[in-house]
Amino acid sequence: MSLLTIEQLKIGYEGQPVVSDLNFRVDMGDYLCIVGENGSGKSTLMRTLLHLIPPLGGKITYGDGLRANEIGYLPQQTLVQKDFPASVREIVLSGCQGRLGLRPFYNAEERKLAEENMKRMNIYDLADRSYRMLSGGQQQRVLLARALCATRKLLLLDEPVSGLDPKVTSDMYELITSLNKEGITIIMISHDITAAIRYASHILHIGSQVFFGTRNMYLQSDAGKMFRAEEKGASSHAE
Amino acid sequence: MLSKLLLYFQFPFVRYALIVGVLIALCSSLLGVTLVLKRFSFIGDGLSHVAFGAIAIATVLRVSNDMLLVLPLTVISAVLLLRTGQNSRIRGDAAIAMISVGALALGYLLMNIFPVSSNLSGDVCSTLFGSTSILTLTAREVILCAILSLVVVAVFILCYNRIFAVTFDENFALSAGTPADRYNLLIAVITAVIIVLAMNLVGSLLISALVIFPALSAMRIFHSFRQVTICSAILSVICALGGMITAILADTPVGSTIVAADVLVFFICWAIGSLRKTA
Repeated sequence: MSLLTIEQLKIGYEGQPVVSDLNFRVDMGDYLCIVGENGSGKSTLMRTLLHLIPPLGGKITYGDGLRANEIGYLPQQTLVQKDFPASVREIVLSGCQGRLGLRPFYNAEERKLAEENMKRMNIYDLADRSYRMLSGGQQQRVLLARALCATRKLLLLDEPVSGLDPKVTSDMYELITSLNKEGITIIMISHDITAAIRYASHILHIGSQVFFGTRNMYLQSDAGKMFRAEEKGASSHAE
Repeated sequence: MLSKLLLYFQFPFVRYALIVGVLIALCSSLLGVTLVLKRFSFIGDGLSHVAFGAIAIATVLRVSNDMLLVLPLTVISAVLLLRTGQNSRIRGDAAIAMISVGALALGYLLMNIFPVSSNLSGDVCSTLFGSTSILTLTAREVILCAILSLVVVAVFILCYNRIFAVTFDENFALSAGTPADRYNLLIAVITAVIIVLAMNLVGSLLISALVIFPALSAMRIFHSFRQVTICSAILSVICALGGMITAILADTPVGSTIVAADVLVFFICWAIGSLRKTA
């Protein structure tokens, strides 16, 4: 059974559909990139998958024992967070909030999990530093460590490299790829199609035409061909 | 000076005032950090005006214990304000401005049409700026105040981790299964309770200062949520105590002296913060 099966899904806000008739599935270990123009409904789709907004129609089925609150979510940064007085440790630990149940406080096991994930993201030496003092790339690692506290299986990343400089961007992509190789399934929203083709195993293109398939199928498809033509045009233009 | 203080401490009403003042300062500073960070500071301000209107109604109706009327009315307004804040049709800030100014005007109007005492402007002034009411508390009011404060502190400590999570990132909290709406509601209700409590101390116009200043001061110096919360609680208690004692010794109005102390501490913290940054 697939980790996530989407059938005939119709998404949108307050009854206004943005995209309809979406069909795709995500298996254990996949690396799915959701691409499309601005306003094509990428973020709406992600919010629907997280149950933050209800679907307007169709079905989302979780399989392989995955529960809806066991998804590690990396949202886009909000304005409030830029100046938020919180230590790295506090933020990463808050990734364990789904495990709290009725308990008011985190236990030793959860604290250890937070520490492990800080080490995994290479930010353990920053644990007691303030989040607002960190660079953009470090902040993303903190939020990624928090997402890892929430899940063992599936990460949903919303534009994880927006606002990062090129060097930090490629580090971030490498980090995500290494997590994927460790067995964590990745679903990532991106408008960077070049990176999507380089790193992803599957691509979902939403917009005027919808495409879902493996990376190679995408390169052969109309949407993919169009993109490659544009890319060629752009590179010849640059020359 | 010390002898004057000791003389004053022999009166039970002065001791009551100090106890209640410290408890209120503690409660109001706890949620301050969250309210400032969530950009909810103005909700406190709006609610305090609602509380003023409610007190006017209680005075006109000659309700013996006005807390019984003011508390529920303010809590209901808090819930309504939060609802309208999420509704995009009337923007949150506009709704708050409407409710707060409306309540202020209606309250004053009611007190004018149905005057209960000959000194109307004195009554209004003490409700707005809390000039003497802190020194006229009865033992029963002190106990009610103490119980409500302890409940607020207990709820805050028990929900501390969730309040942090919802304040820092509502979307992530929702995705992890934390019912963020419910915690927002809880924050609004606690804010309402604190405001009704604090009206006794500083009056309805100055309450926001009690909520916001300690949090902002602590945020200049400290960098983790826990440190900021603890520091703002300590600063708030020190300012309240210092302000009240100064008010007794120098014979100044209690509420505005406390707020003046809060403002002073804010500038000190701000200076320390900027000195550290340049160092």
